[in-house]
Amino acid sequence: MNPLMRGMTQPRTRRDVFRLAGFSAAGLALAACGVQGQKAAPPKADAVADYWAKQKKNGKVVFANWPEYMPEDKGPLEKFKKDTGIAYEYKEVIQENAEFFGKADPVLRAGQSLGYDIVVMTNGIQLQHMIELGYAVPLDHSKLPNFDANAGQKYKERSYDPGNKYTVPYTSGVTGIAYNTKYVKDEITSIESLFDPKYKGRVGMMADAQEIANFGMIALGIDPEKSTEADWNKAGEKLKAQRDAGIVRKYYDQSYIDAVSKGDVWLTMAWSGDVFQRQLAGEPVKFVVPAEGGTIWTDNMLIPKGAANPVDALMLMDYLYQPAVAAELDEYIQYVTPVPAVQDLLREKAKTAKGEDKKALEDMVDSPLMFPSEADYAKLRNYTQLTTQQEQVFNPIFQSITQA
Amino acid sequence: MRRLTPYLLALPSWMWLAIFLVVPMVAMASVSLQTGNAIDGFAMTFSFSNYTEAIGRYSTQLARSLLYGALATVAMLVIGYPVAYFIAFKAGARKSMYLFLLLLPFFVSFVLRTISWNFLLADNGILFGTLKGWGLLPADFHVLATTVAVVGGLTYNFLPFMILPIYVALERVDPRVVEAAQDLYATRAAAFRRVVLPLSLPGVFAGVLMTFVPATADPINAAILGGTSNTMIGNIIQTAYLTNLDYPTASALSFTLMAVLLVGIFIYARALGTENVLEAAAR
Repeated sequence: MNPLMRGMTQPRTRRDVFRLAGFSAAGLALAACGVQGQKAAPPKADAVADYWAKQKKNGKVVFANWPEYMPEDKGPLEKFKKDTGIAYEYKEVIQENAEFFGKADPVLRAGQSLGYDIVVMTNGIQLQHMIELGYAVPLDHSKLPNFDANAGQKYKERSYDPGNKYTVPYTSGVTGIAYNTKYVKDEITSIESLFDPKYKGRVGMMADAQEIANFGMIALGIDPEKSTEADWNKAGEKLKAQRDAGIVRKYYDQSYIDAVSKGDVWLTMAWSGDVFQRQLAGEPVKFVVPAEGGTIWTDNMLIPKGAANPVDALMLMDYLYQPAVAAELDEYIQYVTPVPAVQDLLREKAKTAKGEDKKALEDMVDSPLMFPSEADYAKLRNYTQLTTQQEQVFNPIFQSITQA
Repeated sequence: MRRLTPYLLALPSWMWLAIFLVVPMVAMASVSLQTGNAIDGFAMTFSFSNYTEAIGRYSTQLARSLLYGALATVAMLVIGYPVAYFIAFKAGARKSMYLFLLLLPFFVSFVLRTISWNFLLADNGILFGTLKGWGLLPADFHVLATTVAVVGGLTYNFLPFMILPIYVALERVDPRVVEAAQDLYATRAAAFRRVVLPLSLPGVFAGVLMTFVPATADPINAAILGGTSNTMIGNIIQTAYLTNLDYPTASALSFTLMAVLLVGIFIYARALGTENVLEAAAR
């Protein structure tokens, strides 16, 4: 009989009781050590300067990014290596903000290094936590000349990081609706299609609490950025009704794009660039921003605390803001670039290109989803900014729907 | 000195248990009673309501996990026992090849194996697309995003852990005792029921233990193969831990799950009877 079972089945001797007591004492001792919070005070200006004064160029940089977010030949990074002599390691290790932050938090909390010099995170709760907890190294703007010269004005005034103290945008994208034209014969224009019983069991929604909340609110005519707790509850009810009616097949992570291209779902919430990449692969998927509006998000580069090569990281960040480099990157990933000059560069390139390439480039230049006009931007909503207290109300409302 | 030797020899394993089992468990027990948030920190408040709240809120998922775990375990037993029996008694010289084939899928990662079911079982994929094309299935037939897919995935993923211990137990059965039973006028069915089956029960016990526990706690199959109402407790714990950074709720749920499983196993051990069973399981 093994000791565990014996402990549960046999009468305890005095020694056992003592042993148990010792165990509880250890428990009490450990009970004293909680998980420490470490809300960071905003850095003082001279502290930032001091930090950067101490750092020097090391000749290498480790870039942690999302999958399918860099041309396969790593062109922009190769150019960087050639121009600066800095070797790079590129790792596609970020699949989801929450998961990435959940893994990074204990490491950074313990004061250890993640082993990455640049990480890319979407504006949202987790990025906010990174900044609040002091996990992001404040940037030295004197070393970001290309950013200052070439970044669009919009990308310098973002409410989640005013003045780009900690982050610079990598790229932006739009959350809208993707549909498989093999199964959906009508033109989808409205967000209401996602709630239409006609597509019962064929609708994909996103599992991420903020993404799904945004769409619930937009469907009700609420601007997520200005929403209140009452709005979240209303959106929750709408989304719950949608689920209970059997309209939703599944709440997806990144795997939604496979599901819609295979036809497991016919229409789904989707990220713009994913859909364009599938279109290029010849799959029958189409992307629309609903008439009621979609959301715009930005993936941001930041230097995590404890990074070994911050100077090299800053140089790479700035390098990606050279219009030619940004154009090469955007031509592949097809999201919204923070460098407006890219549009003209691609237009120039389209003039000299031939055949299919020419057509593809022209489509890109004219695409409102790669180069949104002011009118397009007006249709796009921003995420809800949540405090930690609000998050504890917000998350359960939507998770009780996606994880019933 | 000599008296101390056995204890000293056992020291590494006790250290192992202390460092990798006791310390984390005590830490987790501690966190499960704290309140706070990840930004401002957590403080010990001996908040036992963490447990009542978590159990109250997630009782559906907890019950569902136990149900799925049990269904998958029964399915594995039904499939696994005959397979183990076949390999032990009928496979002859090919025994090791069958065992190797059984383990072959394990050279591929758990998650990838599960995702590949997504391709195989896609609504219009290789299998169902073809059958639908022949008009053998209605157009809206699907398996993905249903309970069947999740339980099936669990069954598939943990099956070898059921087969191997049963195989080991059956392998040890001396063919002469079966012969003896037949000499005593037992029919083949009776010999199986009264000799082979009881002798293989320790393997069944170990198999059930090794499959029911991980299957109940598994978050992967529900996440990849499930639909809107297949969330299991493992998914809830994962979200609480990684997304919400709600360490107390995650810890409280983990402990609850562990307690429920331990009680279940204890009852099961009692029901199955003997100390021999436990000894065999420990072997």
